[in-house]
Amino acid sequence: MKLDLILRVGTKLIVPFILVFALYVQFHGDYGPGGGFQAGVIAAGMVILYAIIFGVKKAKQIAPQRLVEVMIPLGVLIFAGTGVASLMLGYNYLDYTGFGSDFLHAHEWGILLVEIGVFVTVSGTMTAMFYAFAERGR
Amino acid sequence: MTAPANPEVFVVMVLLTLLAAVTIAIIRQRNLFSVVILTSIYSFLMASVMIALDAVDVAMTEASVGAGVSTVVLLATLHLTKSVEDLPVRRVAIPLFVCIVVGAALIWGSFALPPFGIAEAPIHGHTTPRYIELSKDHLMPPNMVSAVLADFRGYDTLGETTVIFTAGIGVLMLLRGRVRKMLGQGNGAGRDEA
Repeated sequence: MKLDLILRVGTKLIVPFILVFALYVQFHGDYGPGGGFQAGVIAAGMVILYAIIFGVKKAKQIAPQRLVEVMIPLGVLIFAGTGVASLMLGYNYLDYTGFGSDFLHAHEWGILLVEIGVFVTVSGTMTAMFYAFAERGR
Repeated sequence: MTAPANPEVFVVMVLLTLLAAVTIAIIRQRNLFSVVILTSIYSFLMASVMIALDAVDVAMTEASVGAGVSTVVLLATLHLTKSVEDLPVRRVAIPLFVCIVVGAALIWGSFALPPFGIAEAPIHGHTTPRYIELSKDHLMPPNMVSAVLADFRGYDTLGETTVIFTAGIGVLMLLRGRVRKMLGQGNGAGRDEA
């Protein structure tokens, strides 16, 4: 597919918008549909589309394999770490009330942190799985 | 039938009919490439049903995971194997019997469920009013799904994230461990590549 001009130019045009959409879904998840899981899949979809059109080698330059594989446990650590942080602040595990002065603000912070954890794990897993499949195919 | 004949019901009916048609096509198809594409179509139809039922978050997940990533992964798998399903070696009588019995048991069980879409169902009686109350009083973010998933039921979501982590690690071990071993056996030069 390396010679297909329309697909290559089209991908170049659409990739930044997919990434922005993923970030929108991620950070607007409190107010609109979506959240860490959906955003992670969309971000991984961006890398996969890039890899399909431009080759896995090019994709590994923007999302290195090492980084992607570190992201898989990192997200779970962020999630569990948020719970530990709430324990340290004197509340129950994953009770975010201690993260801010007023209730809504504190819980929004907690949800944001937890969603980042989900995003990191999901996007890392999806991309790493695709890389593993692509490697086997060679 | 008590359901009023509004456009939404009509749309859902059409989508569900198409879902049934796609399912039959998947069963009858022997070419696995076509099966993967039909599965992707199935996921898109399912996402449309979810939008019609106002479950936008689920629709988004279904469209991105079911139709997007899983299709890519299945196509990648087909690239590694052959793309035509073998004819079954054994008789189909016993599996067919099991399927019919389990299906009948599930349909029988569904008679005890509360009617579709009523507000008095037991699941809406205990915690849901509290979630809605907190969101309405601006004590929680406006998207109740996010609030429930990441806050009220943070434990569940932590478990789900761990499941994804475990699944990812498992797939990586299955796919990459073998490659490294094969490369190590074949020639030593390929080792530092991984």
